[in-house]
Amino acid sequence: MSNLVIEAQNLTKRYDGVPVVKGISFSVAQGEIFGLLGPNGAGKTTTILMMLGLTEISDGRVRVLGYDPVREPLQVKRRVGYLPDAVGFYDHLTAAENLRYTGRLIGLRRDECESKMRTALDHVGLHDVTDRRVSTFSRGMRQRLGIAEILLKEAQIAILDEPTSGLDPQATIELLEIIRNLKNHNVSVLLSSHLLDRVQSVCDRVALFSQGNIALIGSVPELGRQVIGDSFDLDVEGEGSGLDAKLKAVPGVTLVETVGLNHWRLKTDRDVRADVAAAVVGSGGKLLRLSLEAPTLEAIYTRYFRNEREGSRHAA
Amino acid sequence: MQREGSPWRGLGVVTQKELSDHLSSARMLVIQLLVVVTGVVIVLVSLQQIRDITAEDPFLLLRVFTRSGEQLSFVFVMTLLVPLLAIGLGFDLVNSEHNQRTLSRILSQPIYRDALLFGKFLAGLATIAISLTAMWMVVIGLALSALGVPPNGEELARAALMLVVTIAYAGVWLALAMLFSVLFRSPATAALCALGLWLFVSILWPLLSGHLVNVLFPPSATTADALLNSLSMHQAFRRLSPGALFAEIVTVLLDPAMRSTQQSQLAAMGLALVEPGSIPGAPLPLLESVLIIWPQMVGLIGGSIVLFVIGYVVFQRQEVRA
Ligand SMILES: Nc1ncnc2c1ncn2[C@@H]1O[C@H](COP(=O)(O)OP(=O)(O)OP(=O)(O)O)[C@@H](O)[C@H]1O
Ligand SMILES: [Mg+2]
Repeated sequence: MSNLVIEAQNLTKRYDGVPVVKGISFSVAQGEIFGLLGPNGAGKTTTILMMLGLTEISDGRVRVLGYDPVREPLQVKRRVGYLPDAVGFYDHLTAAENLRYTGRLIGLRRDECESKMRTALDHVGLHDVTDRRVSTFSRGMRQRLGIAEILLKEAQIAILDEPTSGLDPQATIELLEIIRNLKNHNVSVLLSSHLLDRVQSVCDRVALFSQGNIALIGSVPELGRQVIGDSFDLDVEGEGSGLDAKLKAVPGVTLVETVGLNHWRLKTDRDVRADVAAAVVGSGGKLLRLSLEAPTLEAIYTRYFRNEREGSRHAA
Repeated sequence: MQREGSPWRGLGVVTQKELSDHLSSARMLVIQLLVVVTGVVIVLVSLQQIRDITAEDPFLLLRVFTRSGEQLSFVFVMTLLVPLLAIGLGFDLVNSEHNQRTLSRILSQPIYRDALLFGKFLAGLATIAISLTAMWMVVIGLALSALGVPPNGEELARAALMLVVTIAYAGVWLALAMLFSVLFRSPATAALCALGLWLFVSILWPLLSGHLVNVLFPPSATTADALLNSLSMHQAFRRLSPGALFAEIVTVLLDPAMRSTQQSQLAAMGLALVEPGSIPGAPLPLLESVLIIWPQMVGLIGGSIVLFVIGYVVFQRQEVRA
């Protein structure tokens, strides 16, 4: 028994013969938070819908918890919670009534449903508004109600399509905290997004989508190495005369860029923080700041797509 | 390819939820009021007329429904009003799920689309059945107390059958409205199309179909055979409207003397069907009346099944996202 909860092989979707997902393969392990990232129209939502059996698969196969969503959609949907992008609820019903309906569709007994519902709503911080109509809910409250639905279902996998889109920074942070919590409950999470820095903070691994293909897949540091290469950026602030030249002279430093007064950015081919510190202090200067900047997902993403555009221009 | 699990899983839950939505909605209240008030007013008017000409009629209660005179008859008004009721309930059944963005969330629960669609249909039909039954009871109660004669069993049975047929007639229009709610994302478009079709079929078609037949098959000889033939042709064209089927069924059900659905047209020409060995105008037993209109009943029910299946097929292949 493998501990992979989702396995996709050569998954393909064509609309009227036009491929929008072009034979992608990936897998998600038990308890992992996996991110699908990519620009608009890259095929993230389509991939998610195929995994849930909500749209036909043109080619290839996918297994969710060992089940085939085409042949056994009920088994899959019983175990997987789905938060669609811009999730909707019945506006004329209260939060509790909406969840009760879901609970009955899942097949929960009434008392069981009530107690699970209370726990779920507590968990997402909606316990004060259980009996308010959803029409009065803000975007963030609806998202959280959607997560409560997944908790109510006690899903083994949570599939979240752009869970943070349209949320303010505070709401985003709260929602990401809830998502991290899902992982602590041993729920595997697959989420799609284009909010890169936020996603970076929660995802164990990400897949970078580009026009229906998965361009890159792996953890963020791995991707950084693949796309940006083994370069380290150092941010240095210090006071002293002729620090410029001193910094340049440190072995391993390939480039010194002046950012501002007494503020430089160094490109190096290895971690030379100790040498840099020694050089500044040794020359009688004061070291005010020295930090290593790991490549952000944002940098990887922009770099990757820039490389790709340039690549295609060269090819043309 | 075999799908696992029952397609009807969750049907009861969906039906219950939809039914409670309907029963608590303001729209339903308005429709219900409209139906009951219209029914009561018409019956009061026809009661007035009946009392003026009280005769030794064994089917006095049924006359309340068919009496027309210069006023509209109860049956005619139902032919028009029931489709309105069904369209009012059905025009946004499916597209509202798209527009509220609830569809993909609901379909990600362990149910098939079959259960969702059929549950909505059943709940709509149940709602209509509740309104019509309520109106029926009010009307029958009014009529009985006004006429002051106890009804016989056959009268009540015929009136009850009329109620059932009316519900089936509503089913056709509900299935049609639901089909439009699957086809059109905008509820306004769906409602307009359904109402347009209703207007055409109930008001224009009865006028047009006669002319159409005369153009296509010009009346020639005046033998009895040719006359009956052309009558059948007119009838066949008219029956493309569910309202015509409904009217035929109810006319035969409510008038035990009716031996054929063409009888009233013949009578309008001053002719009568004479069957050897039977007394013209003598009442038929209920079972025989039912046999006469059996094909029309099958037609009504078949029509709603066909419309539902078309909607079902389209819905199955539809993308869930808006
Ligand atoms: N019903 C459809 N018919 C034809 N093409 C479609 C249909 N639905 C989606 N597409 C196309 O499929 C492609 C992928 O769409 P998808 O929604 O999966 O992208 P996405 O990565 O989720 O984008 P976003 O970030 O905007 O949500 C798009 O180019 C879209 O135009
Ligand atoms: Mg999307």
